[in-house]
Amino acid sequence: MTWVTFSALLGHWRRNPLQLFTLLAGLALATALWSGVQAINAEARASYDAAAATLGEGQFDRLTRRDGQPINQATYVKLRRNGWLVSPVIEGRLDGVRIVGIDPLTAPGRLAPTAMTGASSFADFIAGQIIAAPDVTLGGAILDPSVAPSTAIADIGTVQRLLDRRGEIDTLIMAPLQPQGQKPLSDLAPDLTRQVAQSGSDIGRLTDSFHLNLTAFGLLSFAVGIFIVHGAIGLAFEQRRGTVRTLRALGVPLRLVVVLMGAELMGLAVVAGAIGVGLGYVIAGALLPDVAATLRGLYGADIAGNLQLRPIWGLTGMGISVGGAAVAAGGALWKLSRMPLLAGAQPRALAVVARRGRKSQAIIAVGLLLIAGILAIVGGGVVTGFALLGALLLGAALGLPLILSVILSAASGRAKGVISGWFWADTRQQLPGLSLALMALLLAMAANIGVSTMVSSFRLTFVGFLDQRLTSELYVTTEGATQAAAFVAFAQTRVDAVLPILTAQVSVANFPTELFGNKDHATFRDNWKFLSAAPAPWDLVQQGGAILINEQLSRRAELTIGDTVQVGSTAFSIAGIYGDYGNPVGQAIIARETFQTLFPNIKALRFGLRLPPENVTQFVSELEQSVGVPEANTINQAGIKAFSLDVFDRTFTVTTALNVLTLAVAGFAILMSLLTLTAMRVPQLAPAWAMGLTRRNLGALELFRTVLLALFTAVIALPLGLALAWVLLAVVNVAAFGWRLPMYLFPADYARLGGFAILAASIAALWPALRLARTPPSDLLKVFSNER
Amino acid sequence: MNAKLICLLIWLPLTSIAQGFAGLGDSAEGFNIPTPNPIFNFPADAGAHPDYKIEWWYITANLQDAQGTDYGLQWTLFRSALAPQDGDDWSAPQLWMGHAAVTTPTAHFVTERLGRGGIGQAGVTTDPFSAWIDEWTFSDRELIANGPDFGFDIRFGDLGPIVFHGENGYSVKSETGQASYYYSKPFMDMNGTLALPEGDITVTGQAWFDREWSSQPLGNDQTGWDWFSLSFDDGAKLMGFQLRGNSTYTSATWIDPDGTTTALENGAFQARPLKTVTVAGRDVPTSWQVTLPVKSVDVTVQAINDNAWMATSVPYWEGPIRIRGSHTGRGYLEMTGY
Repeated sequence: MTWVTFSALLGHWRRNPLQLFTLLAGLALATALWSGVQAINAEARASYDAAAATLGEGQFDRLTRRDGQPINQATYVKLRRNGWLVSPVIEGRLDGVRIVGIDPLTAPGRLAPTAMTGASSFADFIAGQIIAAPDVTLGGAILDPSVAPSTAIADIGTVQRLLDRRGEIDTLIMAPLQPQGQKPLSDLAPDLTRQVAQSGSDIGRLTDSFHLNLTAFGLLSFAVGIFIVHGAIGLAFEQRRGTVRTLRALGVPLRLVVVLMGAELMGLAVVAGAIGVGLGYVIAGALLPDVAATLRGLYGADIAGNLQLRPIWGLTGMGISVGGAAVAAGGALWKLSRMPLLAGAQPRALAVVARRGRKSQAIIAVGLLLIAGILAIVGGGVVTGFALLGALLLGAALGLPLILSVILSAASGRAKGVISGWFWADTRQQLPGLSLALMALLLAMAANIGVSTMVSSFRLTFVGFLDQRLTSELYVTTEGATQAAAFVAFAQTRVDAVLPILTAQVSVANFPTELFGNKDHATFRDNWKFLSAAPAPWDLVQQGGAILINEQLSRRAELTIGDTVQVGSTAFSIAGIYGDYGNPVGQAIIARETFQTLFPNIKALRFGLRLPPENVTQFVSELEQSVGVPEANTINQAGIKAFSLDVFDRTFTVTTALNVLTLAVAGFAILMSLLTLTAMRVPQLAPAWAMGLTRRNLGALELFRTVLLALFTAVIALPLGLALAWVLLAVVNVAAFGWRLPMYLFPADYARLGGFAILAASIAALWPALRLARTPPSDLLKVFSNER
Repeated sequence: MNAKLICLLIWLPLTSIAQGFAGLGDSAEGFNIPTPNPIFNFPADAGAHPDYKIEWWYITANLQDAQGTDYGLQWTLFRSALAPQDGDDWSAPQLWMGHAAVTTPTAHFVTERLGRGGIGQAGVTTDPFSAWIDEWTFSDRELIANGPDFGFDIRFGDLGPIVFHGENGYSVKSETGQASYYYSKPFMDMNGTLALPEGDITVTGQAWFDREWSSQPLGNDQTGWDWFSLSFDDGAKLMGFQLRGNSTYTSATWIDPDGTTTALENGAFQARPLKTVTVAGRDVPTSWQVTLPVKSVDVTVQAINDNAWMATSVPYWEGPIRIRGSHTGRGYLEMTGY
């Protein structure tokens, strides 16, 4: 009997292949969206982990020379011989590839790449073997995915030899556990400074904040996905009430029906999940190169541009599909098991059922929005920010049917005429059946508005910032003091101004900081904008006792104007705080003369040049001929700006693609809900038809209704999306990046988005409306003959 | 004292580092191998022999504080060569590993250091003698090591005589003929300070210094090793070891109080486990019946602290023991392969 029953249940799908398709496609799309976003995130994170593991970025304290020069190897041995457990690292570029030299014996933790674990491999490593990330082409290197992307690792001796830097070390990494009885560092190596490990690596913190964008999408796609899975399952049950009634009337035990339907759904969920994970892989594969390029361009964080199959997001994707189906089916099966034997086939009085749940839904919605409000006021870290996002979105989604219901009631009250009155009442009656799909649309739209606003605001701010900061028309890097001197002599008479770039790695308020010594020049005075500043900050800086710091340093170290900070042994008063978007570390500026007193050994090797833009090309070629500075060592400001804009365009590609996907998924949810309703609507529409409304009229009204509901939803989505953007920019961004982005509004974009949403809803509604318009009159008549 | 050789060759491959030490697998290709009837040349032979694959400077000591509480102390420097040559930069294929430990009746402190030869981080000089890795030092005057939670700073008194094991320092390890060069200084007086979490403790006692180098692995069937250095209260000493394999191979040296030695053939020295405890998830015998009928020795040895597990990249058990029975005294026990 089991098999017969099962085949009877399955027979439903044979007769209605379209329903089978919508169920599978709904589940698969939701899974695809979720696992695609997860795949991108997982891939990128794995890349950072490899980077962090390779360099020990942020995990360990580090010693570097105060003046930024290489550490002598003898200093390393001296420190070891005095009980300092440090491990040497040297870094450089070889044939365009970043190569890192480590000592595998003293390196703390697991810095050594996996490929090194092997008896002969260890000996080979010491003897000169290079181990490289899979995306690196370097002759003779072993490829190993545990190495940070675009990086090669070799023994420190090997790298010293390859870079021709024998006896030199760039950084000493400190083991977390140090022995007793160490002599102070100031006695042993006074020229070294200790940089305390960050709680998360620089790269990690930074890229986390870019991932914010993606994580927000992941969260939203999860919510949208769950709504869709729920809708798809509900549909499958709703449409088979008749079959269930017949089976039970024939004597099939209820339990067996429930078990079989559950098993069948799980089977379908697994199939749909597998398809979805595959689709997600395709989505991620298509988007990842852009994500990689974005991150590399923005932060210099290398992530591999190709996708590797990682079990974690495949598993979570399957989990979404199967778990979502189980949760949705659980409710439906529970209802089924409590249904009277013959009542199974009666169309549900959806509105009646819904009214009961409405009150509790309203309470939950209001509660969630209250929580969101409290979190927004309290503020806090990234986690709070995401909790706020979650509460806001879920609260708004749950509140949507209530708001729509109020709107429809109002419209219904003002309706004049019979058809209009019927239309509004009928729309209200349909609302519960459509509300899940409308919630999905709301979330999709809000996500679009929120994320687009964030990215676009970022773009505007960043481009404006580039205009301020990259004022020199040309940037030149010289290869050494001799060439630098020759360059200055050559350039001085040919350009409007030569602005040397003096820089040193220092520690300000215990945060690693890049210190600049700026020449007093109108370039800075005219273009530099401050978030806050003392009067005439550049004059204060030139007088020698003042320093300018970036926003990141100010927020992390909680420094404000007038505070005093130490650079080495000199105290400076903070005269200005400037925006420094996209920079992971602290930055500070002092006067060039002051810088030279503090760091007499640092000579400028990089220069900014002011000259008419049209002369740049000519100057660069003369420079190469006269001083021997190759064109590769010059950066045209116009080029940087073009590159930065290109980076943003890539970000937009990713964002736009995800936007389109979420909208498409939401549109699909509408389609499915309408298909569910269409079948049940015939009895409700038959009287209207009998009273003279044509089928064509009915179809047109159906279409109009959907567009109207989508429009209302879009209008509600706008404030929600803006609230989302505000949370992303003002709460989560500050917690993650360390700076706050000004929020700009883009009404044209929102209008276009609204248009898209309505278009998606219309397309979704078109087919059900057509079907309705083409319902054979005999079907409509049957309603009356069947009704007893 | 081939225990360390075994422990290195058997256990090192479990870790990446270890694989470095065992870099050349089981072949001694290119390296010198010990030959019978050696003639030692001091002070040169106190230093490193880069043309041999493995070598160590190994100190264990039984110490007491003013109240008579027993302490054990270990300071070891291992050298392992990836190739039979030396150098004066990173390319030198000589790797160094230091182990230091202090054992009290209730606690056991262990720490480890690794380093490269060729750059000055670790090595041995002979005139004057000094062996070091990082700030750890062993010279004729002092013995120093530090870990995160303990340290010691020891001064040597009378260093005592050198004794040679096996056939004049040629110590055979198995019936198939593997051997090492092996000599000791078992009578080194010392006093100094143990820096423990509860505070500094002033201690005195006697150290046993082992020197050994070789290039040969042991037999394939040999899985582990039990090594005993026994210092009897009457001034005599006994070094004995057994290699556990398909058959047990034993070797021992009887040392009179004046340093005169008697080498004992395979089988003369016998050790039988009495009690096993679980340490670090392994069953380790920390109490033994040790017999040497030719010298009328029939004693039980008992670990002062059962938990003397060396949780280093090459894990093994090493700790101080008390001796009771026909003879009384103190000593050190090392066990590998459990």
